[in-house]
Amino acid sequence: MPLLEVRDLTVVFERKGEQPFTAVDHVSFDVEPGQTVGLVGESGCGKSVTSLAIMGLLPKRGARISGSVQYEGVNLLSLSDREMRDRRGRDLGMVFQDPLSSLNPVIPIGLQVTEVLERHRDMPRKKAMVEAAELLDKVGIPDPNRRLTEYPHQLSGGMRQRALIAIALACRPRLLIADEPTTALDVTIQAQILALLKELVRDMGTALVMITHDLGVVAGLCDEVNVLYAGRVVEKAQRHELFAAPRHPYTHGLLSSIPRLDAPRGERLNPIRGSVSDNIPWTEGCAFAPRCPNKLDVCVRVTPEQEDIGGGRLLRCHNPVKPPVAEEVSV
Amino acid sequence: MVTPTRKKDRIDKLAGTSSDAGVSLAASAWRTLRRSPVFLTGAVIIGLFVLVSLLSPWLAPHDPSDPMLIDQVIKARNQIPPVQDGHPLGGDLQGRDFLSRLLIGSQQTLIVGVLATLIGLAGGLTLGTLAGAFGGWVDSVVMRLVDVMLSLPSLLLAFSISAMFARPNQYTVIIAVAVVQIPVFARLLRGSMLAQRHSDHVLAATALGVKPGAIVFRHMLPNSLGPVIVQSTLVLATAIIDAAALSFLGLGNPDDRIPEWGQMLGDVQNVFDTHPQLAFWPAGCIIVVALGFTLMGETLREALDPKSRR
Repeated sequence: MPLLEVRDLTVVFERKGEQPFTAVDHVSFDVEPGQTVGLVGESGCGKSVTSLAIMGLLPKRGARISGSVQYEGVNLLSLSDREMRDRRGRDLGMVFQDPLSSLNPVIPIGLQVTEVLERHRDMPRKKAMVEAAELLDKVGIPDPNRRLTEYPHQLSGGMRQRALIAIALACRPRLLIADEPTTALDVTIQAQILALLKELVRDMGTALVMITHDLGVVAGLCDEVNVLYAGRVVEKAQRHELFAAPRHPYTHGLLSSIPRLDAPRGERLNPIRGSVSDNIPWTEGCAFAPRCPNKLDVCVRVTPEQEDIGGGRLLRCHNPVKPPVAEEVSV
Repeated sequence: MVTPTRKKDRIDKLAGTSSDAGVSLAASAWRTLRRSPVFLTGAVIIGLFVLVSLLSPWLAPHDPSDPMLIDQVIKARNQIPPVQDGHPLGGDLQGRDFLSRLLIGSQQTLIVGVLATLIGLAGGLTLGTLAGAFGGWVDSVVMRLVDVMLSLPSLLLAFSISAMFARPNQYTVIIAVAVVQIPVFARLLRGSMLAQRHSDHVLAATALGVKPGAIVFRHMLPNSLGPVIVQSTLVLATAIIDAAALSFLGLGNPDDRIPEWGQMLGDVQNVFDTHPQLAFWPAGCIIVVALGFTLMGETLREALDPKSRR
């Protein structure tokens, strides 16, 4: 049984006097225990809203959520506020994008780590402090005892993100959601944090939902990848298959817009044309159609359905990219 | 990994032997303030003021309520006793030593200013926390109440409140001045609480399952207090001026054996053109003390403002 089973998760933002906006549209995916699943897409495609909906952190008013989020067989969306609060931090952990603003600036790091231990594991403050030092040590923060007494602004960006990871994993949740955890960090620190996450989830057997716009992150970390576009999953595949043979033109575009070391000299990067603002609504065809190099007439008339194309892959496209011949043979 | 001996070291350190403690926002603000001449000027003024008011019973050369120079007043047909030996500032309309009254008067000013600010702060914190933490209809109700209070000029409101009491005394002055400060504090705190509500670290705390009470009191309130602390130093200045104004208009303590600067100012209204010095000293004191609090408040605001920090 999957640890997390997201089925037809839909989030509609409603505002008085405005058109309702569907941020997440029938998104479904599973996370097996210990598995790392990537949610990939550019800004505004619904990645963060998906994660907030799973955590029950969307505002009560203005956001209409439907579908189901089964965690160990319990639908999180039907839990009361109090029940959900007990699970957050204990069963589900979350790491946010900006490590500085995600820490309370007026409280020393130590108290922020012990807070969650005191809350969920009923530890007395002193014992929690010892545990907190061990946690900081585990996430690779040198001299943890000194760091415990320091304030967030005294830590470097990478150190802060390590502290946040320590806090999120303090109660050993079975599922960790990381929402662009490396976006605010520079490249070398990014690599360190990703390596740390990889090591921790392996050692602790934690399942990880990795939300990112960076395919490099996916390549290094995820077992399975869901590519989101305008609130819908357009392609889902195992990591290797996705990189070897992207089928959706959007995924293909994302991959070909990454600079490659082995590209011939002088070759230009191949970006995706246009921007998210060119989208057409899913109800009138494929939202990506206006930007799509493979566009057919049917794309702006009929909404593509999600199809199983074998090997656990799902695809939502009328005219997918042909897989490379060599790959076809090997599959 | 962690070895048992290192663990033991840690417990020892936690017991209070750790030397390198972190630098808090307050500590770094203090470092900036220590080098600011404006802040130091304000601090010296306020320091002197507090010192004088605490020591005034010993500093004052005479009893401030003793009409010791009354002979001079009667003899000279309502003449005000001039500067003379033992009375460096002369006497007042009733022949009492002016310097002693001025010195003892600082006590009232300090008490009224501090108590009114504290009461106003307590009221404002309560209302602002309610509004900012609950939001929704609680916020609406509290804020409309505050708006009503703010719609009246503060001094006029203070007059009305003082006038409501049948027998005014120094406590009615404190209450009147305090009530007027509540809406300012409430509005200020509510604003920064609301900003905190949507901040990333509050979201992060929520994502850890932290209970609402702890979210409000550990994560939102401490982060919202900065502007309120600054405001309270500024309010000290306003409170002193407002209290003086109430006394000046006769809405203060009617018992003039306990001197108060505003009241001293009011007493000499009729002789102001012939004896301006009687108005000069109390007015000057009020201005200097209010200035001192304002200088401190403004520099404090700058030092605590994260945007102006290095």
